[in-house]
Amino acid sequence: MTGEDDPIGEDELQAFVDERLDGPRRMAVEAHLARHPELRERIAAERRQRASLRAQLQGKAAEPIPARLRIATIQAARRDRLVRRVGMIAAAVAIFVVGASAGWFANGARPGQPALVAQAPTTSIAQGATAAYRTFVVEVAHPVEVGVAQEAHLLQWLSKRLGHKLAAPDLAPFGYRLMGGRLLPAGSAAAAQLMYEDTAGKRLTLYVRAADGTETAFRFQQDGDAATFAWIDQGFGFAVTATASREELLPIAEAVYKGLATKG
Amino acid sequence: MADPGVLLEPLIPTLRRYAYALVRDHAAADDLVQDTLERALSRWTSRRPDGELRAWLFAILRNLHIDARRQARRRGVQVEIDEIDHGETAAQQEAALEARDVLATLEQLPEEQKSLLLLIGVEDFSYDEAARVLGVPIGTVMSRLSRARQKLRSLVENGPVALLRRVK
Repeated sequence: MTGEDDPIGEDELQAFVDERLDGPRRMAVEAHLARHPELRERIAAERRQRASLRAQLQGKAAEPIPARLRIATIQAARRDRLVRRVGMIAAAVAIFVVGASAGWFANGARPGQPALVAQAPTTSIAQGATAAYRTFVVEVAHPVEVGVAQEAHLLQWLSKRLGHKLAAPDLAPFGYRLMGGRLLPAGSAAAAQLMYEDTAGKRLTLYVRAADGTETAFRFQQDGDAATFAWIDQGFGFAVTATASREELLPIAEAVYKGLATKG
Repeated sequence: MADPGVLLEPLIPTLRRYAYALVRDHAAADDLVQDTLERALSRWTSRRPDGELRAWLFAILRNLHIDARRQARRRGVQVEIDEIDHGETAAQQEAALEARDVLATLEQLPEEQKSLLLLIGVEDFSYDEAARVLGVPIGTVMSRLSRARQKLRSLVENGPVALLRRVK
């Protein structure tokens, strides 16, 4: 030390490295460094390293902003997601069908199928739904063909096979959560079955297929312990089946139907 | 309310730079920036006053980065087949080493020291702003900055030797 050395703090040295020191303090630090070669070397090295780090990264901040990082792009993507989510909520209470007219479906059910045409369409739908319910609800290993983890794929696939857009109703208000679904034969056409389960492991199915007719009232069918509400709307037959009482099942069927009606 | 784009876009170039310096991969850095901007937009109405927008954004980015690293560590490191180094020539390696040295050496520092050196030394954050990003008192920033620079210096100066010693 050369006598009247002004005490210099480490924070001042750092500020000096960062070129944030002005006036008398800067001069004091410079004077101090001039008297202490070892410290001077250290600070010089730190300044060099700071400068080369800045130089190495300078180009990065000069790059134009990629399109995907433009705020307008990100906002548009956010809006799309929001619209999709709102759409899912709207669909939450219904499987809805859009597209071709009911007439197409009326033609879709072939005339040469006495078992189907001989009885009321809702009866055959309820029977198909109940049979499918009985077959797959007891299934432990493979209750569904495609699980809920692939919900988007499942719905896309079933929609394609049914010929119409299908969305999975959200039955969470009733305690049921979607497990997945499968494709089933229904005469010459295809039917879709979505399976739900509540926390107690009780299962409920939603069965959909093209059907003859435009609109019918709810039809209730009790087959052993399996209860089904079936109806036809806009060329599609729907059936909600569960091991439940008529009173328990009715609000679920109504919720699905109401959602469908508002969509229709 | 002001359009978020007007306020956010001027900060994107430096966000990309900070992200790149942290992850050292251009695409991964932009993923991180994209996540940051999405998070920022989703919390736009609850953000701090405009004066602190930069610190807020950089803090979001840093926290996302730390979370991602923690998750990656839990999963184990994944290397894409394309990204496996098939070996450069010695001359290429040396040239690259010279050009990259400080930035490359930064890799060996703990994340907090790395962030300090980047925010203060490169992004010109005030010590106060850096303290907010890191969530520590300003006094802590000063002492940690000093330690970070010492560590970087010793790594640059005795890099490989120090490394070998540490490994042994």
